[in-house]
Amino acid sequence: MSSEKQYIELYEKYVSLLNDKSAPVLNARRPAAAAAFAETGFPDAVSENYTLTDIPAAYAPDYGLNLNRLEIPVNPNEVFRCDVPNLSTLLYFIVNDTFYPYQERPLTLPDGVLAGSLKEMALACPELVARYYGGLADVSKDGTVALNTMLAQDGFFLYIPRNVVLEKPLQLVHVLRGDTDFMVNRRLLIVLEEGAQAKVLVCDHTMDKARFLTSQVTEIYAGANSVFDFYDMEESSLDTIRVASTFVRQEAGSNVLVNGITLHNGITRNNYHVTLAGEGAEVGLCGMAIADRGESVDNYTFIDHAVPGCTSNELFKYVIDDDARGAFSGRILVRPDAQKTVAYQSNKNLCMTPEARMYTKPQLEIYADDVKCSHGATVGQLDQEALFYLRSRGISEGEARMLLMYAFMNDVIENVRLDALKDRLRQLVEKRFRGELAKCAGCGVCR
Amino acid sequence: MLEIKDLHADINGKEILKGIDLLVKPGEVHAIMGPNGSGKSTLSAVLAGNPAYEVTQGSVQFYGKDLLSLSPEDRAHEGLFLSFQYPVEIPGVSMVNFMRAAINELRKYRGQEPISATDFLRMMREKRAIVELDNKLASRSVNEGFSGGEKKRNEIFQMAMLEPRLSILDETDSGLDIDALRVVAEGVNRLKSEQNATIVITHYQRLLDYIAPDFVHVLYKGRIVRSGGPDLALELEEKGYDWIKKEVDQE
Repeated sequence: MSSEKQYIELYEKYVSLLNDKSAPVLNARRPAAAAAFAETGFPDAVSENYTLTDIPAAYAPDYGLNLNRLEIPVNPNEVFRCDVPNLSTLLYFIVNDTFYPYQERPLTLPDGVLAGSLKEMALACPELVARYYGGLADVSKDGTVALNTMLAQDGFFLYIPRNVVLEKPLQLVHVLRGDTDFMVNRRLLIVLEEGAQAKVLVCDHTMDKARFLTSQVTEIYAGANSVFDFYDMEESSLDTIRVASTFVRQEAGSNVLVNGITLHNGITRNNYHVTLAGEGAEVGLCGMAIADRGESVDNYTFIDHAVPGCTSNELFKYVIDDDARGAFSGRILVRPDAQKTVAYQSNKNLCMTPEARMYTKPQLEIYADDVKCSHGATVGQLDQEALFYLRSRGISEGEARMLLMYAFMNDVIENVRLDALKDRLRQLVEKRFRGELAKCAGCGVCR
Repeated sequence: MLEIKDLHADINGKEILKGIDLLVKPGEVHAIMGPNGSGKSTLSAVLAGNPAYEVTQGSVQFYGKDLLSLSPEDRAHEGLFLSFQYPVEIPGVSMVNFMRAAINELRKYRGQEPISATDFLRMMREKRAIVELDNKLASRSVNEGFSGGEKKRNEIFQMAMLEPRLSILDETDSGLDIDALRVVAEGVNRLKSEQNATIVITHYQRLLDYIAPDFVHVLYKGRIVRSGGPDLALELEEKGYDWIKKEVDQE
């Protein structure tokens, strides 16, 4: 329990500071989270679901934390210029784990929509936030979620009332800044009431050379017949460790698309837990990872078909180059009553070098008998015949490999339901494969 | 333009080509015929630079350059084109992107600027007409879901786009019905000039009714065992390959 100890001590010593600089709704969840963390600790490599990512080692360094909520001297509007063409977004920033409150221009939101600092919202509308905060992210199951709940002081809150459509996509840019090794604990809470619609794009950027550990817990409530897109894109650095857990609960007839995109990273562990709780709910759970050098991308997904007549479509694709590593573990549970379930899972991977490693584990547990389910996993190399075909037309080997890798990723990009983002993603992925840093032109963050 | 001397090649350690000699000059059409397994497709693959094959002996000069030392892409840049017997399906790569990349790499090799969008689209339109290739196919992924005939027409379309000096048509007639065969052959004939040459690899004489060869060679057991004029093809059509096999095996 060595790496756990420093966090337990930290919590005991600073719990009043944590509470002072946060909101009662968040504080109310801390004691149970702390107890759960002390009980379970971090998941170690022995626990089956964490074999690739060494969580205790990730949390072992003595990271700095901004418990005092000191303002970080940075204007993200200056350093970040996202140039997704034709993509006009409602743009918000989180610097490390603090919501950045200054807007260049005030954003207009439809009536009743709330968007902003989780802490401020929890102070302003405690009853509303308390109804949802911590309701999905079970602290007893995963030590990283418990620790996040124990330490998180702020983040982002989005609330879309009944039948309201947020036309503009909302973009949340996370900027990591720091001069020393730094740990970030942030929470995202997204609530769509019945019939509401929204699209959220989250971009993770690392700005400085310091070592970062970012822990992110996201809770998404999709009410009946709501439609929600969640794009979570990481473009961090080799020295960034990301441990993220996303929990989704879907009511009847809701339609949710989750797309996790890892373009640049250090060590990444993403957990996705989706509960299809109402009949006719549909989820598209997609992901792509492009990893080279020493990068490591580990995605764990769990889709719970709890009721009949729901659909899940899962597609994860990886391109692993150099001596990078990738892992995919996809569990789908179809409960005894969940008849007429449709569940498709596909994980396809390219290993570009003999040193590249990919671990894939599809798991379907089906307890109902009237279902349509399939899963498939492949690990392979680039098609040598296709490569030769392209080269025989004068396309250089490098360019031909690029075209084929890009083509391989194409169907994940095709799942994006935001045309401007789809175009932008094509460019980013192409740039990424060309070995250029995938960055937005003029974006100071990636410079 | 092309001079092959004593060419030997292996695949997976098995020798397929056992000493090929061939001389091709601009303006000529050569037909290479032969029974199955004689090494016809291996010869085309080796000339195009397929890395699956290993050249163990011999030389190939192409316009004075050592062809065998060039990468597949540089062979294309120098003006060599292979029409594949089995064109490869490449899902996710659109024909447009594929052709633009090929044209621009060729232009780069020649020290030219990338082609403008309007010039490129005009070129696509003109060349498509040569083989009556549907516009819809041009916007799809490379060969994906194309019928056998469409795949072969797509090969000739690419040949028209790249304007090679030497085209090798590997069993272009296989899997084609008579109408598709005519379209493909007419396309090839329209692209023929005094400056370029064509090597037609075929099992049957049928294609040679449409593409008239100046020379006919018979490949058997990895060697060119007979060479002659167009009459040789007719003789083969009439008598089959057995008499040549018998003669050669006796020698």
